[in-house]
Amino acid sequence: MTVLDHRPTAPVPPWLPDATGPRTDPAPLLPDDAPYRVLGTPKLAEHDPELLRELYHRLVVGRRYNQQATTLTKQGRLAVYPSSTGQEACEVAAATVLREEDWLFPSYRDTLAVVGRGVDPLAALTLLRGNAHTGYDPVATRTAPLCTPLATQAPHAVGLAHAARLRGDRVVALAMLGDGGTSEGDFHEALNFAAVLNAPVVFLVQNNGYAISVPLTKQSAAPTLAHKAVGYGMPGRLVDGNDAVAVHQVLAEAVERARTGGGPTLVEALTYRLEAHTNADDATRYRVSEEVEAWREHDPVSLLERHLRAAGLLDDAAVARAAEDAEALAATMRAEFHAEPELDALSLFQHVYAEPTPQLREQAEQLAAELAAEAGA
Amino acid sequence: MAQALNAALRDEMRADPTVHLLGEDVGTLGGVFRITDGLAAEFGADRCLDTPLAEAGILGTAVGMAMYGLRPVVEMQFDAFAYPAMEQLVSHVAKMRNRTAGKLALPITVRIPYGGGIGGVEHHSDSSEAYYASTPGLHVVTPATVADAYGLLRASIASDDPVIFLEPKRLYWSKAELDTTAATEPIGRAVLRRAGRSAVLITYGPSLPVCLEAAEAAKAEGWDLAVLDLRSLVPFDDATVAEVVRSVGRAVVVHESTGFGGVGAEIAARVTERCFHHLAAPVLRVTGFDIPYPPPMLEHHHLPGVDRILDAVAKLQWED
Ligand SMILES: Cc1ncc(C[n+]2csc(CCOP(=O)(O)OP(=O)(O)O)c2C)c(N)n1
Repeated sequence: MTVLDHRPTAPVPPWLPDATGPRTDPAPLLPDDAPYRVLGTPKLAEHDPELLRELYHRLVVGRRYNQQATTLTKQGRLAVYPSSTGQEACEVAAATVLREEDWLFPSYRDTLAVVGRGVDPLAALTLLRGNAHTGYDPVATRTAPLCTPLATQAPHAVGLAHAARLRGDRVVALAMLGDGGTSEGDFHEALNFAAVLNAPVVFLVQNNGYAISVPLTKQSAAPTLAHKAVGYGMPGRLVDGNDAVAVHQVLAEAVERARTGGGPTLVEALTYRLEAHTNADDATRYRVSEEVEAWREHDPVSLLERHLRAAGLLDDAAVARAAEDAEALAATMRAEFHAEPELDALSLFQHVYAEPTPQLREQAEQLAAELAAEAGA
Repeated sequence: MAQALNAALRDEMRADPTVHLLGEDVGTLGGVFRITDGLAAEFGADRCLDTPLAEAGILGTAVGMAMYGLRPVVEMQFDAFAYPAMEQLVSHVAKMRNRTAGKLALPITVRIPYGGGIGGVEHHSDSSEAYYASTPGLHVVTPATVADAYGLLRASIASDDPVIFLEPKRLYWSKAELDTTAATEPIGRAVLRRAGRSAVLITYGPSLPVCLEAAEAAKAEGWDLAVLDLRSLVPFDDATVAEVVRSVGRAVVVHESTGFGGVGAEIAARVTERCFHHLAAPVLRVTGFDIPYPPPMLEHHHLPGVDRILDAVAKLQWED
């Protein structure tokens, strides 16, 4: 006899879910069969040429920003930089689909999206430079601090969107994650909360193939990461993450759906990180150059340029203008980083609490005395 | 005390429409200890929200709500079930103000029923105050009286900083008249509950009644014990503690949480640093053993009682 033999044979209890219970047909939630694409399809003609040129311009400037930041790490002027080279389409679209009143919840790789929100390009780098945690005002820019602990910003996006809706504001929150981040508990809790609360949130997963060295096959056994939406009761979308127009369109639809009360969406953008995880990482240990080269062929910047030119939507002048603006930004970055940042040691004790505790006051006095002694010596 | 906490929540929610409660079973049921009883009925399900079962999700959602200008009050159902939310607490709740150079404050109150003495089974009796107290950016308070339950909880919700509000489970059923108009001391102030000249028992939360009982019993030995209720572990009231210890010259720290690396070790060190020349004896600690919280039928061996406290006081007397 086993415990199973003791299973009750009583009639079905009355609490079984009824018609108001969970969805019985997951089909409307399932992601696209293939990554959604616009470039190279007739759908391109349906998009506003101004928007297309804007996306291109931002891609070019973003690419240059990534390159310059990486160079600055080599010169020791930036402590670390997780480059989004290869993923610029996702970064750019994440910013361009949001309105001023919406909120962005970026992860550490999403500096470009933060800059796309209008944050000063240098202020966006204080965390990675090491002179301050968050160099911008998150409230004024509706942009949460760059988040290092994986996926922990996702529930924040849900809470903010939920609060905004309670207050009657049509505000949408967009949370950005990597493929590795989808394995963290906070990701799953955030999805579940978002669906249960019907919060106006969009989750954008940039699936760039690797979490540092670990490939997606060791991260998840799901057919796609977008499938993870189904179990929570929200739609999942799958999009070509290097097709800036497609990412923009899919995200814009998800944002619109959220804004009009349709609830959350999970978007998986298939993309690739062309550089190493950060400047400190050796990517040749875990991936072959054939793979990298294949993705270079599908580079989001050249991809868009090629298709826009072919459609007669982009001329040499626009291309030159983008290149000029990119160079100007790079020059500003070089100049700014050439100067040593101003640091205030006593700021360490500021902003721990609204009012410093007696203990912090004492410690601030101790450091002040040490500094005075140093200055005197 | 449970009713005082309930009254504090109700009065704060009435006074400030941005105060929102969220947690497991806080709505229809009113919480497993009924601290949120009737609040969903009065303020609606949005302001007293039954959440999915996910502590990190609850606290992480509260972070976002606070970012948008709400004042969330989170209930963790039991002490040991708050641990899944530890990352949100340490990495975000405690640090957001500092990470954003003061631009984003998180006025979140996290209410956690804590401690033993109620015959709870495993994972229902932890005292986790040391984890919270060693996390900069959090206030950590714990009431021991009915008046403080009301006053400190209202002050915690009104605070612009995150507050870990530790509710001593075994005092939930303690009784006293509550005058909601009477002011209590603010967060960060210790209160002398009993004056005395032989030694001072420094304590907080669930151990306060035990210390008061010990002080009564000590009279038979001819000892006149003072009892100091810390009320707030962070900020710590060094000034009051040092003043009392200097005037008495002998001190015992009492808490039921484990001793090694515990709050008592911190207090003993601070007192020694500040009052060395006024001390007639080393600062002693009476704490729970350094063991996982025991099964309920054995918990009375673990929890510091009157006898253990009096033994410590006896040890302090050697120099006369
Ligand atoms: C909670 C947590 N665990 C571990 C790390 C260390 N870590 C930083 S990045 C990273 C890989 C993340 O991969 P993915 O989510 O795919 O994002 P990507 O770097 O590819 O953008 C890890 C493990 C972390 N930041 N946070």
